[in-house]
Amino acid sequence: MTEPILSLRGVNKSFGPVHVLKDVNLDVHPGQVTALVGDNGAGKSTLIKCIAGIYTPDHGEFKFDGKVVNITGPRDATALGIEIVYQDLALCDNLDIVHNMFLGREVKKGPVLDESAMESLARKTLDSLSVRTVKSIRQTVASLSGGQRQTVAIAKAVLWNSKVVILDEPTAALGVAQTEQVLNLVRRLADNGLGVILISHNINDVFEVADNIAALYLGTMAAQVAKNEVIPRQVIELITTGVSAGVEKAGVK
Amino acid sequence: MSTPTAATEVTETSLKSAAHDYWSKVKAGDIGALPAVLGLLVLCIVFGSMSSVFLTPGNFANLLTQAASVIVIAMGLIFVLLLGEIDLSAGYASGVCGAVLVILITDHGQPWYIALAASIAVGMAMGFGLGTLVARLGIPSFVVTLAAFLGFQGILLILAGEGGTIRVEDETVLAIQNSNLSPALSWAFYIAASVFYVLLGLSRINARRKAGLKAELFKLWLIKTISLVGVSGLAVWALNLERSNNRELVSLKGIPYVVPVILFLLVIGTFVLGRTAFGRHIYAVGGNAEAARRAGINVKNIRIAAFVICSALSAIAGLLFASRQNSISPTTGGSSTLLYAVGAAVIGGTSLFGGKGKMRDAILGGLVVAVIDNGMGLLGYAAGIKFIVTGAVLLVSAGVDAVSRRGSAV
Ligand SMILES: Nc1ncnc2c1ncn2[C@@H]1O[C@H](COP(=O)(O)OP(=O)(O)OP(=O)(O)O)[C@@H](O)[C@H]1O
Ligand SMILES: [Mg+2]
Repeated sequence: MTEPILSLRGVNKSFGPVHVLKDVNLDVHPGQVTALVGDNGAGKSTLIKCIAGIYTPDHGEFKFDGKVVNITGPRDATALGIEIVYQDLALCDNLDIVHNMFLGREVKKGPVLDESAMESLARKTLDSLSVRTVKSIRQTVASLSGGQRQTVAIAKAVLWNSKVVILDEPTAALGVAQTEQVLNLVRRLADNGLGVILISHNINDVFEVADNIAALYLGTMAAQVAKNEVIPRQVIELITTGVSAGVEKAGVK
Repeated sequence: MSTPTAATEVTETSLKSAAHDYWSKVKAGDIGALPAVLGLLVLCIVFGSMSSVFLTPGNFANLLTQAASVIVIAMGLIFVLLLGEIDLSAGYASGVCGAVLVILITDHGQPWYIALAASIAVGMAMGFGLGTLVARLGIPSFVVTLAAFLGFQGILLILAGEGGTIRVEDETVLAIQNSNLSPALSWAFYIAASVFYVLLGLSRINARRKAGLKAELFKLWLIKTISLVGVSGLAVWALNLERSNNRELVSLKGIPYVVPVILFLLVIGTFVLGRTAFGRHIYAVGGNAEAARRAGINVKNIRIAAFVICSALSAIAGLLFASRQNSISPTTGGSSTLLYAVGAAVIGGTSLFGGKGKMRDAILGGLVVAVIDNGMGLLGYAAGIKFIVTGAVLLVSAGVDAVSRRGSAV
């Protein structure tokens, strides 16, 4: 098996008295989709926000590409090549698709924004993901459907030669056809060699697209296993009770 | 256009699609400048037909200098409004900065440029204080600037002293609102500005075509540009007519100096908001502060910068007040100033909810407010009626803003 591109050991995070993440370990391999599952409030969003630098973990070790790294803010994460597509979409409704895709990392010519370059690059990225659902990339995000917004958010994440893309419930609000499109998109990201973390509550989606599955239970990592070593019933047990017969408890290697 | 027939066909249909695009923009909550432009036109026709004075060159020039300070304050406010914040102290900030300017010139004999630089620096410091309280301590801007409204009023009162007014006699300061470019210079300025505007538009369309991107419809651009250049030409012509009542004694002709000053601010402000990353980040913070933060934008610094810019522009408005009144008094920048400025921005199309607005809104809305004030004054209405009407117009604009916003919510 390949070396993990991203590897967490013993990550802890509390909000005041609430201990949300307890000694969490996680490995993400390049070219694979790692599904992160867990019940509501298990700590999935909190975990990825720690990876993104939105929250600073209380302790824990982050290794990226084999090297220990310190992520103290969103810029550190993006500098490493970690991109997040958030559950609550982080798009600005009042800006158009191009502006959103380049937000915070605008292409400039001297002090001036290079709109043409950004628009061409955005177009190219959307084409490379075979996105054909948006009419004009100069329309504001406010006018897009849920699936289109999700597409924009994902396209934004892959625009930057990223190495790890994290998706927090990307299909939660989508219909059948759009879910299928987004899952295909997720698979394509991994096939292009990216490490992908997919948070999902839908076990069918997980088994359709993931290579391995990490289950959080009340803030602890119940297990991280290869998909073909488990069946859906075991994953559901891990999610709801934190243990399942025949699945080893995740421990520090 | 190399093949005229084919080109006309294309533009013919695409003009329709441009109208369609505009309509879908309206539905998405962006009504653009059209309502303010139409409103201005209707007001001018109504007042022009009811008052024999309204459409005279003298009144036109008067209207511009009346509107100038409110427009400049509104320009600054737009930066703050774009964030979804408000600065209620901008009016008195201009009073305080104007007082600093006038005191340095009159009492300390400083040249006007030193005094102006100092007053702008004072404005920026005040804005920095406001912005820091809002961004770092998280006190709502409404409260911070309401407190500052009172505080600045107090400072102005102290600076102006018991006597009340500080006169200014500096020629340059007085010239801005009281003197004009010569008619020849006025035309030269008009031609230079028009050429600049046309070349800018053409180069933009050209750059997009070269990059193989869909450019703004040429015909639409042409219509907009010709109307703008035409109307401004008409304005310059009117301003170049003699408007002195006693032309033996003094001749009054040409564009008031304040007009190029405001256009200069318009160009700079439009450039900053539309063409720089800083401007883009202002829109982003106003649209979704959390998304901006996750994109790595320093939201606090953006907020502080917006308040600094707002107060700096208030300082320039203070100069315009000092110039127009030949002095600064404890009410400079007070009474209806701030509300007119907020009204100007909103009537021009800037949203009170943040994320939507342009520099030109200040000018369009500022002219609407000034026309109502001036026109109703000429018709002999009392100040009370003027306030009520202006308030109603502001309410309608804010209502349109709120409704169009609700319409755009997904
Ligand atoms: N900023 C915060 N302050 C305090 N508690 C928080 C905060 N963010 C999350 N929590 C708590 O941490 C726990 C984990 O939340 P988190 O959002 O990570 O869950 P999740 O696994 O993403 O759930 P869901 O599937 O519903 O999205 C919850 O109990 C939540 O109440
Ligand atoms: Mg979550």
